[in-house]
Amino acid sequence: MDTSSPLLRVRNLTHAYGNLLACSDISFELHSGEVLGIVGESGSGKTTLLNCLSARLAPTNGIVEYDLRGRGLSDIYALSEPERRLLLRTDWGVVMQNPRDGLRMDVSAGGNVGERLMAVGARHYGAIRQEAEDWLTKVEMDLGRMDDKPKHFSGGMQQRLQIARNLVTKPRLVFMDEPTGGLDVSVQARLLDLLRGLVRELRLSAIIVTHDLAVARLLADRLMVMKDGKVVETGLTDQVLDDPHHPYTQLLVSSVLQV
Amino acid sequence: MYVAVKGGEQAILNSHKLIAEERRGDTEVPELSLAQIKEQMQLAVDRVMTEGSLYDRDLAALAIKQAQGDLLEAIFLLRAYRTTLTRFGESEPIDTSCMAVRRRISAAYKDLPGGQVLGPSYDYTHRLLDFALAAEEGVGAPEAEAAEAGVDESIPRVTDILNHEGLIEEETALDGDAGAVADLTREPLRFPAGRDLRLQNLARGDEGFLLALGYSTQRGYGRNHPFAGEIRLGEVAVEFVPEELGFPIELGEITVTECQMINQFAGSAGRPPQFTRGYGLSFGHCERKTMAMALVDRALRARELDETVEYPAQDEEFVLYHSDNVEASGFVQHLKLPHYVDFQSELQLIRSLRRRHDEEQQEAAE
Amino acid sequence: MSAAQQQATEGDDGYNFAYLDEQTKRMIRRCLLKAVAVPGYQVPFGGREMPLPYGWGTGGMQVTASIIGRDDTLKVIDQGADDTTNAVNIRRFFARVAEVPTTESTAEASIVQTRHRVPEDPMREDQIIVYQVPQPEPLRPLEPREIECRKMHAYKEYGLMQVSLYEDIARFGEIATSYSYPVMVGDRYLMSPTPIPKFDNPKMDDFPALQLFGAGREKRIYAIPPYTKVKSLDFDDHPFAVQQWEEDCALCGAEDTFLDEVILDDQGGKMYVCSDSHYCARRRAEGHEGKLSESAARAYAAAVGAAEEEEA
Repeated sequence: MDTSSPLLRVRNLTHAYGNLLACSDISFELHSGEVLGIVGESGSGKTTLLNCLSARLAPTNGIVEYDLRGRGLSDIYALSEPERRLLLRTDWGVVMQNPRDGLRMDVSAGGNVGERLMAVGARHYGAIRQEAEDWLTKVEMDLGRMDDKPKHFSGGMQQRLQIARNLVTKPRLVFMDEPTGGLDVSVQARLLDLLRGLVRELRLSAIIVTHDLAVARLLADRLMVMKDGKVVETGLTDQVLDDPHHPYTQLLVSSVLQV
Repeated sequence: MYVAVKGGEQAILNSHKLIAEERRGDTEVPELSLAQIKEQMQLAVDRVMTEGSLYDRDLAALAIKQAQGDLLEAIFLLRAYRTTLTRFGESEPIDTSCMAVRRRISAAYKDLPGGQVLGPSYDYTHRLLDFALAAEEGVGAPEAEAAEAGVDESIPRVTDILNHEGLIEEETALDGDAGAVADLTREPLRFPAGRDLRLQNLARGDEGFLLALGYSTQRGYGRNHPFAGEIRLGEVAVEFVPEELGFPIELGEITVTECQMINQFAGSAGRPPQFTRGYGLSFGHCERKTMAMALVDRALRARELDETVEYPAQDEEFVLYHSDNVEASGFVQHLKLPHYVDFQSELQLIRSLRRRHDEEQQEAAE
Repeated sequence: MSAAQQQATEGDDGYNFAYLDEQTKRMIRRCLLKAVAVPGYQVPFGGREMPLPYGWGTGGMQVTASIIGRDDTLKVIDQGADDTTNAVNIRRFFARVAEVPTTESTAEASIVQTRHRVPEDPMREDQIIVYQVPQPEPLRPLEPREIECRKMHAYKEYGLMQVSLYEDIARFGEIATSYSYPVMVGDRYLMSPTPIPKFDNPKMDDFPALQLFGAGREKRIYAIPPYTKVKSLDFDDHPFAVQQWEEDCALCGAEDTFLDEVILDDQGGKMYVCSDSHYCARRRAEGHEGKLSESAARAYAAAVGAAEEEEA
């Protein structure tokens, strides 16, 4: 792990909906190549936190800084809107729980993957297509479906396509919100296996929100356990899951099958 | 040698003669006078004035006659005339609490100050064709009996009554300069639109479109539990402040219909629950229109009231961009214009695509 | 403007010169200046109702009305032709409210108002071409939201437009957009060239005349100043190409014009003639001849004549 400058630094982040504190006073650092899991039950504030981290929801208080290429740690909410939008489609990836929110359902699989390339100026059809093929192969998609629209795909295929679409610009940081949510157990296993392989191979940094401790165990190096908008425990994944200290974490761990 | 065919100009002139002939119809039948339209087709005149956004019964009657009774065409005629008029200023806001009321009903209270005044309404007619109206000699001069007690001169608005208890949100003035009301006849629509702009758009909007949208909110596409707090019809004074005088003078009076819908609550931790408002106003007597308008106005306030925007009636861009029947009618009907060039381009393309397809099929077969 | 000036510009029938009042014209001219200063950018303007329906050229008419003067000569075309009903109608309108001379000759006109074509004859620096625009927003088919579209323009986020071209190639093997083919103006703004056929797109590039665009219903004005770079979107390995015909104009023999297909009978008989009626007539007057026999000419005349009557 790189111990010098972090890739992402979060200080005293708070977000409130009216009087409701969705997440409160959260601080942490993420280093390059690290995978952080944020776990907790639904309603614990983890999705709000993820939205705040990924520049899609301005926090009520606190600072989110990212190590911009060539600029160093920068407050992402001090960036202009076009800079933020550019960051979101180049150096970052966001994999949504519902593929409908992360894919263009009326654009072919190839077009979905190629969009980010074209957005940053790629103008050679053959090259875009080749790159899209490479990524579809990496996520184990049948190339025969390349020109089909994702609305006809299964949930697992849609999720793999979403991953390819995000990774095509070789982002350094990927945010994932319940990436295996809503999928059958066997499909989940395959997707997790794929994700683990990609994270290792590409040395991706990632922040994964999940309520599923099995997912956290497989993907995350480090865990943050959230309850009622607060972080109640952090640590290395094995440490937290095998030797939970906070009563809530203990409850969480004991309530799922060990993996 | 080939001689270019030029039928366009003559064809247009001939077409105009044909519509003039059709408009007149059978010359054995006496020609319709503007006075007849104005006096005997008031509701058509009212609709044309409202959506044409010009209060002039004579011109509206002329437009209806010229358009052979096609109200959308008449609205268009009035709009095209209106846009050329010089503006000499803006009137003071009309005060509907000082309306000389001819009809006033509330569905929210059984009885209330000023009372229920049914006035002229088709609401309780039986929709049976009245063959007496078809009689050659006509209906003569029907006369309604005057009520024993006259209608109060000034009748408080239901929303004002609710306001005393703070049960309904205050009608707030615009942010900043209260005088600067948006005007989409001078400025293009911009989003997000303020309520002033939305109300203006809805007031000019097509009655059928608003009716369907208002109806959709009632059927669950953006439900907000409306009550017809009050509908009132009558005459109000229009006042104007000439620069040289500095105080308002009365220019005359106009007939308007106003509808105030009372809708379900808004409120937050810092504010107790309150009824919310939807507002409709028209020239003349356009009751259906003002009610639909009030429903849609309320639906469009979803964002402001922190409701999820998920249905067409709540979608500001969708509603405001498609409500104007002059725009809609023009663009739908522009499909009648020649599109030879674009069609030719598509022909070229589809032929080349089909050729490619055939070649590929052939290759595959070989 | 004073009352005296108002009087001076008022025509006989009670309407101002060129229909619009002077304040409105000034507002439109300000928008035009802004549009020229930011080539390809859609300037919102307070569009007025015109006595023609929306979608029939009200935007182009407002632009023309705002720039036309007494010494101008106006040409109006629709589908490239001076004699189509809508062109005739708009020309009649300006002849009536502005009392300016009109012409069918591209060279003689100082203002050309057009729907769906750029004339075949070259235009000059002292001319202006005014396009009637039904839908100014090239992103609209991909993104119905106005606010999002304006952001995409502001941030120059045009990846999505390229995706739609990608989809065409993936599906059809080529870019299946034959008209309203999107262009980049001055390397900055994505612009809809109005539904002109893509055949005319190359003419817009480095064009000597000022190009003005008016969308009445959508209330947008945009412009391309003279000699501005206008590039049709494409891919390096699927370059932009214009339509080509296997035949020449049957009347004047032109090989490089946009051709209309004229159906001669119900047996599949057809011929191709220049869509630019004035260009074709001029060439014929100069002695150019197509392969059309006299009998076909009569059949064409009959077919077009019948069509005109139907339109009436």
